[in-house]
Amino acid sequence: MSSVIELDEICLGWRDKMAVRDLSGRFLRGSLTAVVGPNGAGKSTLLRGIMGWVSLLAGRIRFCGRSGDDVAFMPQQGDFDASFPITTREFVAMGAWRRVGPWRGFSFRERDRLEEALAAVGLADFGRRPLATLSGGQLQRALFARLMLHDADIYMLDEPFSALDRATTEDLMALLEAWHAQGKTVIAVLHDLDLVRKHFPQTLLLAGQGVAWGPTEDVLTPENLHLARHLCAGDYL
Amino acid sequence: MNGIEALYLPFAEFGFMRRAMAGAFALSLAAGPLGVFLILRRMSLMGDAMAHAILPGVAVGFLTAGLSITAMTIGGMVTGLVVALLAAAVSRLTPQREDASFAAFYLMSLGVGVLLISLRGGNMELIHVLFGSVLALDDAALMLVSSASSVTLLALAIIYRPLVLECLDPLFLRSESRAGPVVHAVFLMLLVLTLVSGFQVLGTLMVVGIMMLPAAAARFWAISVVGQMAIAAFGGAFSSYVGLLLSYYANVPASPAIILCAGIVYFLSVTFGLQGGLWQAARRAHARSLRLSRNRERDVLGKQ
Repeated sequence: MSSVIELDEICLGWRDKMAVRDLSGRFLRGSLTAVVGPNGAGKSTLLRGIMGWVSLLAGRIRFCGRSGDDVAFMPQQGDFDASFPITTREFVAMGAWRRVGPWRGFSFRERDRLEEALAAVGLADFGRRPLATLSGGQLQRALFARLMLHDADIYMLDEPFSALDRATTEDLMALLEAWHAQGKTVIAVLHDLDLVRKHFPQTLLLAGQGVAWGPTEDVLTPENLHLARHLCAGDYL
Repeated sequence: MNGIEALYLPFAEFGFMRRAMAGAFALSLAAGPLGVFLILRRMSLMGDAMAHAILPGVAVGFLTAGLSITAMTIGGMVTGLVVALLAAAVSRLTPQREDASFAAFYLMSLGVGVLLISLRGGNMELIHVLFGSVLALDDAALMLVSSASSVTLLALAIIYRPLVLECLDPLFLRSESRAGPVVHAVFLMLLVLTLVSGFQVLGTLMVVGIMMLPAAAARFWAISVVGQMAIAAFGGAFSSYVGLLLSYYANVPASPAIILCAGIVYFLSVTFGLQGGLWQAARRAHARSLRLSRNRERDVLGKQ
C-alpha cells in the first residue's frame, strides 16, 4: 500500500519547547490510524505540525501526490467559538469552502449535499438552531457534518470523541469507518484505548517521541503503554 | 415651534447641523458593523486602544501641516498600523500575549501623541483632536468620512465570509485557505481607516463610543451577525441624531452628547433587549416560578 504522508526524523515544537522529536514513519493511503498517548505526548501537536501550523524544527514531512491540498481538519471543541451567532446549517455549510470560496453562492447541488450531511449525523431538524444552543454531542455531530461536506482525501481529527456518550461515539465512529471504506485516509487523536482496539487497524503511540507505530494489536501492548507513560512522566528523558 | 418641528427644525435651519448629521451618519454606518466584529473577535477594547494608538500620527500631521485632514489621516493610518504590527511582532517573538503588547504600545503612543500636540498647539487644539468637532465639519472632512465609510462597508462585504470564519474557527479557515492573515490585516486597516476618519467627527477618544456602544447594544436585539451589523449601524445613526438634538437644545458639546445617547441606547438594550435582556430574563424567571408553583399545587391537590 502506498504512503500518503511520510515523516522523516521530524521534530516539532516552538522556540523554547520541543513537543515531538525524532519521529519517523508513514501513514498509508486509505488507512484508519489512531494517534494515542498520555497527556502532553504531542498528539495534537503532531496533527498541527502535519498541517504546517507548528514549526518543523528538524526533519521532513512529505505529502505524496497532491494529498497536501486535500486535507480536512477537525479541531477540538475548545478551539473554536461555539457561542458565535450562527445557525447550525451555516456552520456546516462552511465545509463547502473549497468549492464555494469567499464569494460564490450555494448551488442546488451544494444545498442537497448540506442537507444530506446534516441528515447523516442526525441533525436534519437542527439546521435552523443557533450553534450556541447545541449540546456537546450535537456540536460534535455538526463538526462531522462539516467534515463530510468537505469531501477530502485525508481527514485529521483532534479528539473527535472526547466527552461524548457511548451512543454518539458509536454513531460518529460509523462515519469514520464509512470514510475508511471509501478509501479515505483517516487520522484521529484519541484517548479511549478500547475504542481504538475495536475500530482502528493502525495505531501510532506517542510519548514526545514515537513509541510504536503499526497494527494496533502490536502497538497497544502493556510494555509499550508502560514505556509511554514513563517517557511522558520524564523518567527516561 | 411644536414638538414635531423641534425634531427637524435645527437641521432644516442650520447647515452645520445637517453636515454634522451627515458626518455622524456616515461614520455610524461603518463603525457599527466594525464594532460587531470586534466584539465577536473578543477584541472589544481593541478599538479603544487603536484610537489612542493613532494619536502620534495625527499629531505629526498636525505639526507638519496644521489642521490638514490629509496629513493627519495619513499620519494616523501609519501610526495605527505600526503599533498593530509592533504588538503582533512582540507577541510572536516573545511569550507575551498580543493584548498585553498592544496595551504597552498604545499607551506609549498616546503619551507621544499628547506630548507632540502640546509642543505646538494649545489646549484647544488638543481638545479638538481628542473630542472632535462634529459641528464644524467642512466639505473635505465630510468627503473623507463618507469615502472611508463607503470603502469600509464595501471591503467588509468582500471579506465577510472569511472574516466570519476567522472569528468563529480560525483553525478551520487556516486548513482551508491562506486568507486568514490577509483578512486579519484588512480588518485592522479598516479599523484604523474608520477611526482616523472618525476623529474628524467625534475625536480620537469619542469615536470608539460610536463603534462599540451600538455594537454592544445590537447583541440584545439580533441573533445573526448581519442583523447585529444592521442594528449597530442604525443604533449609531439614531444616537447621533438624538445626540445632536440634545447638543442643540441643551447647549452641550455634541460629541459627548452623541456618545451619551449611544450609552443610553445600550442601557435600554441591556434592560429591554429581546435577546437576553434583563427584562426578558426576569419575565422568564417569573413564568418559570409560576409554572413550578402551579405544578406544586396540582401535586398537592392530586395527593388530597
